[in-house]
Amino acid sequence: MAEKVLKGIAASDGIAIAKAYMLVDPDLSFEKTTVSDIDAEIKKLHDAFDASKAELQVIKEKATQSLGAEEAEVFEAHITILSDPEMLGQIEGKIKDDKVNAEEALKEVTDTFISMFEAMTDNAYMQERAGDIRDVTKRVMSHLLGVTLPSPALIDSEVIVVAHDLTPSDTAQLDRKFVKGFITDIGGRTSHSAIMSRTLEIPAVVGSETATTDIKAGTTVILDGINGEALVAPTDAEISDYQQKAKDFAAQKAEWDKLKNEATVSKDGKHFELASNIGTPDDMDGVLDAGSEAVGLFRSEFLYMNSAELPDEDTQFEAYKKVVEGMQGKPVIVRTMDIGGDKHLPYLPLPDEMNPFLGYRAIRISLDRDDIFRTQLRALLRASHYGQLRIMFPMIATLDEFRQAKAIFEEEKAKLVKAGTPVADDIKLGIMIEIPAAAILADQFAKEVDFFSIGTNDLIQYSFAADRGNERVSYLYQPYNPSLLRLIKHVIDAAHANGRIAGMCGEVAGDQVAVPLLMGLGLDEFSMSSTSVLKTRSLMKTIDTKEMAKLADKALNECVTNEEVKELVEKNVFGK
Amino acid sequence: MEKKDFHVIADTGIHARPATLLVQSASKFNSEITLQYQDKSVNLKSIMGVMSLGVGKDADVTISAEGADEADAVAALADTMKKEGLSE
Repeated sequence: MAEKVLKGIAASDGIAIAKAYMLVDPDLSFEKTTVSDIDAEIKKLHDAFDASKAELQVIKEKATQSLGAEEAEVFEAHITILSDPEMLGQIEGKIKDDKVNAEEALKEVTDTFISMFEAMTDNAYMQERAGDIRDVTKRVMSHLLGVTLPSPALIDSEVIVVAHDLTPSDTAQLDRKFVKGFITDIGGRTSHSAIMSRTLEIPAVVGSETATTDIKAGTTVILDGINGEALVAPTDAEISDYQQKAKDFAAQKAEWDKLKNEATVSKDGKHFELASNIGTPDDMDGVLDAGSEAVGLFRSEFLYMNSAELPDEDTQFEAYKKVVEGMQGKPVIVRTMDIGGDKHLPYLPLPDEMNPFLGYRAIRISLDRDDIFRTQLRALLRASHYGQLRIMFPMIATLDEFRQAKAIFEEEKAKLVKAGTPVADDIKLGIMIEIPAAAILADQFAKEVDFFSIGTNDLIQYSFAADRGNERVSYLYQPYNPSLLRLIKHVIDAAHANGRIAGMCGEVAGDQVAVPLLMGLGLDEFSMSSTSVLKTRSLMKTIDTKEMAKLADKALNECVTNEEVKELVEKNVFGK
Repeated sequence: MEKKDFHVIADTGIHARPATLLVQSASKFNSEITLQYQDKSVNLKSIMGVMSLGVGKDADVTISAEGADEADAVAALADTMKKEGLSE
């Protein structure tokens, strides 16, 4: 038996077996002492600074090679901080004047800088720099104390990464050649780490609670991303058992792969559009490998998040063009900038808010900062010439917001046409349905909007008034609850009554229990992670939509809870 | 001493990449170089100093250098300010 079996949330399919790499900070505590040999202490400080700089130089070069110059820029910023004469001077001064050890002097001086930057609450950029100083301090401190700090960019053998949580900057440093999977203490199916694992197409288990305490560096771990489990220090028998499971999974995948060039058709011959969600043009390989019939959601905010400043019109144009051309005439739905909530831009400071998910975000920012919005729309309009581009506005609550966004779009379009720039004249404009107010008024929206795409992560969060990042209320993530299904049915019916398309681009669109019901409700388009596309196409082939219409009717009108609906589908569709 | 005034036109003011580049550029010279904004002045070779000023759009700042290579330093920094779109 394995030493321990950890249970968590299955975030990304697949099985991996490798040694654990602990992405966990070592103990950096120290005693404040009085020093007598000042020169020796200052030399120790300089050595630690030099060693840190040398280390960062290596990390920066490695990161530039494996991840690109932009991802590596943060390390350049760290080197600049280490080269700051004022900071070093102040630390030396403390050692000389107060006769304290280098560790204490470093901590006192950097703490002052950190609190100074953190106090700039009207400037999110400066507040983030506090994080940079903290990172740099940690590195210097590790050298003073003679311990090793984890540097994910330097991983050069196959590992499973073990972390409390993975931040966007952590994941940016992971080389997918070596990182075979990861397991975290916290997080849910829709947390950043989980979404990244699906984009990187590596198995992942999140929310295990105790991974960082139960797993030790270098221990062999079996990561089962299908069932959300991890076996720590498994026996040889278990390893061969899981190697077999990994083979079976690969065989199953190969079976699905045969469906790559097939249309998505139900058992009774009804066609559905199966699409991929992407974040950057780099994700196009996955889209084509999965044989997706469209890009149902291009999260354009990644262009903004992966940049050190607002991406200009040409940069955006190139990115959109690449995706639109890559799809060779198949539809590409680009969602305009969805910043705010849990997504921040260091160069676009937003005020601190009590409830960021209910605050200044997405289309609300775009309408307020129409300079940013117009740049994006012009880039999109120019890209429309190269294929079938559709534009979708996020977080629409009222028809008035849609009308304003559309008016700005029309203005920019007219300007480009007047200037002789080639622009497609049939660009469809749609909205995300993620706010209950818009869902309820879908029948009115459908008269003016070309298509709907239901964003389930937010629609569930707003319908159940439950923060999707808060584990204590995670039981309220109820994708099969009849209340939500009724809301979805209302949206689909409203679209169809007006000859519009109803799609879905949240997690639920690729959920194996929800898919049959959504087919029964008549959803037209399903957009999901590329890794789920073939699995879903395979499932859809076995589903009879007329039977599902009856089952959905039962789910909506006879079931009362999330569990009841789940059981109903499992019993009737999967024979469980 | 060599001195030059600038009017900041960049929307984001002096932070992010431009600040790093200014500091790196200043660090190449031996002269003592300062950045002055309102009544505060900081060492332009110090990234923390520069960022702590919080220079925003439309700010008027002065760069001054004192030392053997002061003229070259100010010219190089004016060049960086312009190239990074910080001022005209």
